[in-house]
Amino acid sequence: MTTNKYLMFLGCAIPYRVAAFEVSARKVLHKLGVELVEMPEFNCCGLPLDPVSHEAMLILAARNLALAEQKGLPIITLCPGCAGTLKKVNQTLKEDRALREEVNRHLKEAGLEFKGTTDAKHMMQVLIEDVGLEKVKDMVVKPLTMLKVAEHNGCHILRPKEYIGFDDPEDPKTLKTLIEATGATCLDYLDETECCGAPSVGVSDKVALQLARDKLNHVKTVNARALITICPFCHIMYDTNELRIEKMFNETYGIPILHYPQLLGLAMGIKPEELGFSELKVNVSDLMRQVGEV
Amino acid sequence: MTRNESIKTSEIDSRFKYEISKMHGGEKLLRCFQCGTCTSDCPVAKFSDTYRPRQIIRMAQFGMKDNVLKSDTLWLCASCFTCTDRCPQDVEVASVIRVLRNLAAEQGIVPQVFKDQCTSIMESGYAYKIPETRLKKRESQGLPPLPKGNVESICKSLKGVGFVDHVEGRGKQK
Repeated sequence: MTTNKYLMFLGCAIPYRVAAFEVSARKVLHKLGVELVEMPEFNCCGLPLDPVSHEAMLILAARNLALAEQKGLPIITLCPGCAGTLKKVNQTLKEDRALREEVNRHLKEAGLEFKGTTDAKHMMQVLIEDVGLEKVKDMVVKPLTMLKVAEHNGCHILRPKEYIGFDDPEDPKTLKTLIEATGATCLDYLDETECCGAPSVGVSDKVALQLARDKLNHVKTVNARALITICPFCHIMYDTNELRIEKMFNETYGIPILHYPQLLGLAMGIKPEELGFSELKVNVSDLMRQVGEV
Repeated sequence: MTRNESIKTSEIDSRFKYEISKMHGGEKLLRCFQCGTCTSDCPVAKFSDTYRPRQIIRMAQFGMKDNVLKSDTLWLCASCFTCTDRCPQDVEVASVIRVLRNLAAEQGIVPQVFKDQCTSIMESGYAYKIPETRLKKRESQGLPPLPKGNVESICKSLKGVGFVDHVEGRGKQK
């Protein structure tokens, strides 16, 4: 068996306030034989600097890639924003020699060099491409066949297609396939690929929350028992803000928002208390009863 | 600007579109023929009364530099890249908007939320100040210690980029 060994790139949002994603992902990845090495001398992927300075974003992203190159390992991220940024910068700097030289002039100040010898993947891509769907299915001991859920990919795992490219941004299949591997049914709904609104928080909370509300309305329409996410920011938008949105717009949802590895973990027979379920804001007790976890 | 306002030629920067076109991500600004796909598919435009990517692109092409760079709506883009993927002219609309934000930042125009993240990165390596309680909780959750950012190395790499001035508000004010 080939070993799947990666540098774990956590990013900023997950250690800041989305612990359940990390807890459940580490459990699930461990069971699937994925070995994680902690990222050295961390810095943010660079994405939050892009609006202020594209150059600074390129340098920070390249710094992470250069550190990974020194370790001789590919990067795995849980955050699609980090995956998208590192992938895009990796490809751009490999193709654009002048830009690479400019970035390397900066990295040299810190004794580093970007060579273009590593790769960055989101957990979902690792599951589908490196671990393989069959292995994921093999590990399911408690199929969640009673469960009908909906998925939300988030933008940066899909777009721009030119740089991300492993799924179809207009009709993505990977997350659906991975959800169905747990035995659950994944329902179609309106505007599935639409943005959660998180990046507009702080600039216009009103617009951001309306985007999230729109999504929750569509998910509610098809009677999904839960919404499955793979992005810490999308999760915050729906889970942390669901009650706020209900109050603000006089709606009732009660839709639990699960990180994908929480769903997969349940199907693998891992106990909910080991998967960070207590961290979730939306009440999951009905859902837990339905999957026989109470 | 409203529909009935006229554009004053004295306020036009005729070189603005070329300035943008020279920047990484802005190269294809001139290809835009105003079909409006970006605005009609934009999730933010759906709920905002003011954010219209097509309009921002047009104003940039016209050379309405001050108008564009001082516009609050510039910062509403959620960077979802739907416009970029669907643009029939391959303009990379979201990247053009990012170029415009970078130019606004050079004038010291940056919303607080972005400033805070930049400051935090320079000080800790992380975009948010992660509280001590979170770090301690990791242990009880069976998580490994959080990697420490090498702030010295980060600052050395970013030396000469010159955006620190903007995030610390030392740039020209709006």
